[in-house]
Amino acid sequence: MKAFSLSLRIAWVHLIAKKRQTLVAMLGVTFGISMFIVMISFMSGVNDYLMDLALDGSPHVHIYNPVKIERPALASSVYDTSKTWIKVHHQRPKLEQTKIRNGQKIVGEIKLMPEVSRVSPSLSSQVFFNNGPLQFSGTMLGIDIETENEMYKLYEKMETGSIEKMLTNREGILLGENLAKKLNVNVGDRVNLSAPAGGSFMLKVVGTFSFGMTLIDETRCYVSIQTAQKILGKPANYFTDINIKLKDYNKSQQLTKQFETMFGYKAEDWQEANASILAGEVIRNTLTYVVAITMLVVAGFGIYNIMNMTVVNKMRDIAILKATGFESKDIVSIFLFQSVIIGISGAMIGVILGAGISYGIDQIPFPARELIKLETFPVTYNVKHYGMAIFFGFLTTLFAGYFPSKKASKIDPVAIIRG
Amino acid sequence: MISISAKNITKYFHEPTTFKVLKDLNFEVNKGEFVSLVGKSGCGKSTLLYILSTMDTDYEGSLILNGENVTGKGQDELSRFRNNHLGFVFQFHFLLPEFSVLENVMLPAMKLSKYSNNEIEHRAIEKLRLVGMDEYALKSAGKLSGGQQQRVAIARALINDPAVIMGDEPTGNLDKQNSMIVLDILKKLAVENHQTIITVTHDHDFAKQTDRTIEMEDGKIIN
Repeated sequence: MKAFSLSLRIAWVHLIAKKRQTLVAMLGVTFGISMFIVMISFMSGVNDYLMDLALDGSPHVHIYNPVKIERPALASSVYDTSKTWIKVHHQRPKLEQTKIRNGQKIVGEIKLMPEVSRVSPSLSSQVFFNNGPLQFSGTMLGIDIETENEMYKLYEKMETGSIEKMLTNREGILLGENLAKKLNVNVGDRVNLSAPAGGSFMLKVVGTFSFGMTLIDETRCYVSIQTAQKILGKPANYFTDINIKLKDYNKSQQLTKQFETMFGYKAEDWQEANASILAGEVIRNTLTYVVAITMLVVAGFGIYNIMNMTVVNKMRDIAILKATGFESKDIVSIFLFQSVIIGISGAMIGVILGAGISYGIDQIPFPARELIKLETFPVTYNVKHYGMAIFFGFLTTLFAGYFPSKKASKIDPVAIIRG
Repeated sequence: MISISAKNITKYFHEPTTFKVLKDLNFEVNKGEFVSLVGKSGCGKSTLLYILSTMDTDYEGSLILNGENVTGKGQDELSRFRNNHLGFVFQFHFLLPEFSVLENVMLPAMKLSKYSNNEIEHRAIEKLRLVGMDEYALKSAGKLSGGQQQRVAIARALINDPAVIMGDEPTGNLDKQNSMIVLDILKKLAVENHQTIITVTHDHDFAKQTDRTIEMEDGKIIN
């Protein structure tokens, strides 16, 4: 312990004697650490934002009945297919309803599962909105307003009007913000829409919503499931989708498989539905870590160079210390202490600077408001990232300092003193 | 009592070609003796001194210092041995310039850590008084003159009360007056403290003042 405090004392005197050099090395670490924090905070802010968007906007598991294009040719039931090739060109799909049979029973069963938090049957269909002579296509979702509201926090997405009116007004419709603009309607106005199978209906706009994603805000509208059934001319047990929110969204993949085997319908988890967003996340993370760690490595090289220089400048001192009885480990600790002091103080300032810059970025308004709904650049403040920055910063300085220190300890005092 | 005992010391230099610098040297130095090593440049006297100092371990033969066989010991063990039993004074003073005079003297004692820091400081001032440098204790070592630095270096060599003090031309870089001061200090140490002193020197006046002169030529002791 005493030997360490002596090494520390010598290290400190060396650092103080070369203030400018020490400061430059420290700033290298400070810059590396702060940029590391800024980049990771910003990137994980973006990732978290997109993840929230994905989780808010889509169910954890979505069960539906896909249109089957490929089906075995009729001829294959007559011929032995292992011996005969059957090729049907340009096969047409069967007229098949996309409804989920036994839907009510399935919903009831899913509801009883312990992992499930909410189940909502819904009905989706393409519709056309008529605005004078023009028609816009859109997606109509017939939903159970209350459940859907809880699942997707629709009330948070409301721009104008209120979701409660949907409960009292059977003819009510909620329009995506951009869709409402295209149709030039406001709350209280009526819109005319027609179903693919024919017939047109007048509905009353009770609110507009915005998910922050153009694709949704430009095409989606919500009506109650009963209204949707009426528009499509279907009976009351007709629905096409079952949306499920789980208590733990990480279990979605496992449950998706279970649902598929249980009910025989296609089930899709939120990862699959948002594959592009999640793939982007991996790329962004990789890029961020590569750049951030490169910065630390560059800072490490800075320390390595400066420590090497110090060792060369201090050869005589090292020789004299060894001659008067200092052991190799004392010499190593003298120089290692120097780089660790540079590393720790640089990292501390870097953490403060990094948090400051992150906060600054957090305040910058996000320019492209049309595309995604975001007021300022997203930034997360995660203690883990700060800990990681300090840890990696410390590790780089330790590495950068170790090799010059080792070199110092190997100096042959005789060679230096004899000249 | 024998302080230094060298038996069959042989050393080779391998660069640029293998060359026998020291040829089977045998000698002994008694405790409290003040010995000077003289000889022409390249006769091997400094090489011998650095072997005696335990810093150079690349030799054949055996070396007993202060009753302890130091041949074959590891570097760190030898460091501790030097710290405890040997003191050095070099031709070019070699103080640590960023530290004060006092700290320069204290460092080897702090390394040994036999005494508390307060005691070490007390002892260091005592040693500085012995070489007449006590009033410069708090000055930065880099700001002293050559003669002053050499006296501080002697104080540092003395701080752990070593059995043997070794000098490599300790007066080689000093004027007549400073040389005399250094010589007097060393003589006093041998007589009063019974510390063994062995120094390499070119200065014949200096050598004449010592108890014994070992003369070397071509890697052999001739006198």
